Amino acid sequence: MDFSTPLLHDAPTRRNRFIYLRIDWPLLIALLLLASMGLFILYSASGQNMAVVQAQGLRILLAFFIMLLLAQIAPYGIQFWSPWLYGLGLLLLLAVLIMGEIGKGAQRWLDLGLVTFQPSEIMKLAVPMMIAWYFAEAPLPANRKRLVIAGVLLIIPTLLVAKQPDLGTSLLIASSGIFVLLLAGLSLRFISVFLFFILASTPLAWNYLLHDYQRQRVLTFINPENDPLGAGYHIIQSTIAIGSGGIYGKGWLNGTQSHLDFLPERSTDFIFAVFSEEFGFIGVLILLSLYSFIIARGLIIASQAQHTYGRLLAGSITLTFFVYVFVNIGMVSGILPVVGVPLPLVSYGGTSIVTLLAGFGILMSIHTHRKLMPT
Amino acid sequence: MAHHKQLALKDHVRETQIFNQRLIIAAILIASMTLLLLTRMVYLQIINLNHFSLLSENNRVSILPIPPTRGLIYDRNGVLLAQNLPSFTLELVTEHMQDVNETLRQIGKLITLSKEDIKRFNKNRRHKRRFEGIPLRFRLNDGEVARIAVNQYRMPGVNIRATLTRHYPLGALGSHAIGYVGRINVEELRTLDESNYSGTSHIGKTGIERAYEDQLHGHVGMQKVETNAQGKILRVLERTLPTPGKNLYLNLDVKLQAIAENGFGDHTGALVAIDPRDGAVLALASVPTFDPNLFVNGISNRQYSQLRDSTDRPLFNRALRGQYPPGSTIKPFIGLAGLELHEITPTDEINCPGWFSLKNDPRRYRDWKKNGHGKTNLTRAIVESCDVYFYNLSLALGIDNMHNFLATFGLGKRTGIDIEGEKPGLLPSRAWKRRVRQLPWFPGETLITGIGQGFMLTTPLQLASITATLSRHGQRMQPHMLYAIETPDNSRIDIIPPATINPPTQASEANWNTIIQAMKKVVHSRHGTARRISHHLSYTIAGKTGTAQVFGIKQDEEYVEKDVSKKLRDHALFIGFAPVEDPKIAIAVIVENGGSGGAVAAPIARKVMDQYLLKKGP
Repeated sequence: MDFSTPLLHDAPTRRNRFIYLRIDWPLLIALLLLASMGLFILYSASGQNMAVVQAQGLRILLAFFIMLLLAQIAPYGIQFWSPWLYGLGLLLLLAVLIMGEIGKGAQRWLDLGLVTFQPSEIMKLAVPMMIAWYFAEAPLPANRKRLVIAGVLLIIPTLLVAKQPDLGTSLLIASSGIFVLLLAGLSLRFISVFLFFILASTPLAWNYLLHDYQRQRVLTFINPENDPLGAGYHIIQSTIAIGSGGIYGKGWLNGTQSHLDFLPERSTDFIFAVFSEEFGFIGVLILLSLYSFIIARGLIIASQAQHTYGRLLAGSITLTFFVYVFVNIGMVSGILPVVGVPLPLVSYGGTSIVTLLAGFGILMSIHTHRKLMPT
Repeated sequence: MAHHKQLALKDHVRETQIFNQRLIIAAILIASMTLLLLTRMVYLQIINLNHFSLLSENNRVSILPIPPTRGLIYDRNGVLLAQNLPSFTLELVTEHMQDVNETLRQIGKLITLSKEDIKRFNKNRRHKRRFEGIPLRFRLNDGEVARIAVNQYRMPGVNIRATLTRHYPLGALGSHAIGYVGRINVEELRTLDESNYSGTSHIGKTGIERAYEDQLHGHVGMQKVETNAQGKILRVLERTLPTPGKNLYLNLDVKLQAIAENGFGDHTGALVAIDPRDGAVLALASVPTFDPNLFVNGISNRQYSQLRDSTDRPLFNRALRGQYPPGSTIKPFIGLAGLELHEITPTDEINCPGWFSLKNDPRRYRDWKKNGHGKTNLTRAIVESCDVYFYNLSLALGIDNMHNFLATFGLGKRTGIDIEGEKPGLLPSRAWKRRVRQLPWFPGETLITGIGQGFMLTTPLQLASITATLSRHGQRMQPHMLYAIETPDNSRIDIIPPATINPPTQASEANWNTIIQAMKKVVHSRHGTARRISHHLSYTIAGKTGTAQVFGIKQDEEYVEKDVSKKLRDHALFIGFAPVEDPKIAIAVIVENGGSGGAVAAPIARKVMDQYLLKKGP
């Protein structure tokens, strides 16, 4: 076992000796395809607003740049900085909470003068990084004490984000941490105890953790027809959009639901409905294939990773990516309650794209820094 | 560089085994969940495609009604009685505003909002469709429109809508005949043709506006529009223009109507004037009147309770719904019955001592003239309105004959005029009394029926109608408000043909003439009860005065007008037609608590006749 790897730049492996940049080409190409598809749909969903597409294009460029930058950093460097990033994220979340208290209202954003950003986005990566870092310290499967500590590391940011309130993000943070726990070999007994705990705390969460509008969303999900012009409106309208797309779709820019303003949030969380309406079942198959390819590639990278930290983090990032896809499409097509989770790389909005591609940068870093000699 | 503490030896093989095992489980889960999503897509996009396509199409295209323009109402000379004026309504779409109360406060700074406005607004807010505008203020004036328009940009959801509002240019004149429109209420909504009224907010509530609602309303037009979810119209796909309502010409003559209404002065009452030749209702006055414009956009509670609670009952249509004892105005008809049934001849005389009593009954039935009329024949009995003569005649005829004969004039039944709400009056009979009161008929009741008291009730319209029938020697014409219907599209005018009511009232020419000549003397002879209206009269009038008791007078008690409070004074009646030789107008007047028919009621009829026959305008 070799732990003396340099912090930042590893020597290029033989495999990519002639390539200065460390890039996982299959992943990059798939992500580029997905992102450009996203821009096309966004052009339609935004009502052919080129300014919106340009802004999103710039964000995607920036995010790809960050991804490639991270890919050049060796996994050990990332591992080293994990607790620091986690600590910083926690501090920022507390800052947001305190400012929210002072400002009397929901607060997700931190205004740093020049830029505003959501500290919760940092936690999407910092939490799995932190837990993977913690588990990498000791042999696996982890003992009970370490599991409890890992659980605390996971629950604190999740609750802080849920309190903001941002149910979608807290769900993603929680699942990214839980995936690390599961992949680390959490015993079945622990899983069942955990599930029991979740179920038992549901009424508590319902009463104390969830806000009225969140409760309403869940109730509406159970029966959208109950309130067809109120909270159920989104779900009904988006299922109409998807369903009316049929096999071949109505064609690009021809979606009536989306163009006539029936669809809420049509360029952000509900963009999948625009896509399905215009490109139909065939388009959905292509999109899901692309996502499946990216996920499969991520799982392969995880399975080929040589160190505990790398494989745990790669697995968690990949599985979390799937959670994005599943929750978003599930909610837009009406099989899950509405939670604010974007369709990765397609939905309009900068922060999530940067976080997502940063995650893939880490994946690439893990994959491209492997030693040729099996350990 | 710092390195990780090695707490225990790592078992890499086992770790990798567990990890890969978990990864495989995850991969299987991912695959099955992806399959779940795909199944959902198949369900939505393939299995239920038709269902959702239809929903999507309905979402995109909505059918909006275009309300038709309501028909206009004119009088017989083309004077406009009801029209549509453009008016500006302030509407709020609450979905577009963040804080409704704040917006209301802002609007309140710009224009005056009454408590009523806000109350009505909040009431309507509770049951409305999404993105439907709720009216807040009606009839904005130009200044108010300007103030709202300038500030509209900072009040999203505040709209000014230009609509056509019904307006009655003559105000209170003829309001009982013309009626008014008002907002459609819940009960009306249940019986309406929903699609035809989908764009209409108002409906005829009373009078002509209600009776000819079908003609006036027209037929709704439709436009198929593409909308967004906000209900905003993006473009019109198809348009079917509405068919405007038809214009109505009434038989009413507003000059006559005005003279009739003004003739009452401070009194309350009703006047109906009919052209006996065709049944045209020339005037239908019920006094006091009210301003129908108040009702168009929802009358305020205060105004409504003022109208409703007024002791003069301005909302009560006396001409159609007021049921009064006809009093002595029934005497010519009883006289005709006597002649026709051979109970009397024109020359038969009785002695009138001023009272009458039945055998075995000490009760005295008094004559209005305390000392009696002395020797009295039929003509004199009508001219001087001798009660005792008619007590005798009634006794001879009996209630059955009286009932049957008066029924041939149509008393006790609705005349069938083309406005709703008419009352049938009451023509008493043995059968009626047994059925309603469970009592036998008493002979005393026959006597007072003969002078138009007791159970008998008539409406002013009925009195005018039977007077017209009398003037035409029994030919009964259907009283009718509507003269003609104009179709605005092609300006075609359809005149409503007069309708006769069959069978006509049967009596011999001689008997008709006897009665009519007697009625002529009521006006034109020295002793006639209506002689004062013959002053400077250039044509002939046949008439009959009457008084109807409002409350019973005890036996042998004198009725002294000035001792009785106004509300308990007798009603004054007059019926008449002119010219006697070729009757062109028949009138019935009732002046509530007016006292004497000859002094109070007859002069009003004279004024109306003057206007109609001599065109002596005001």
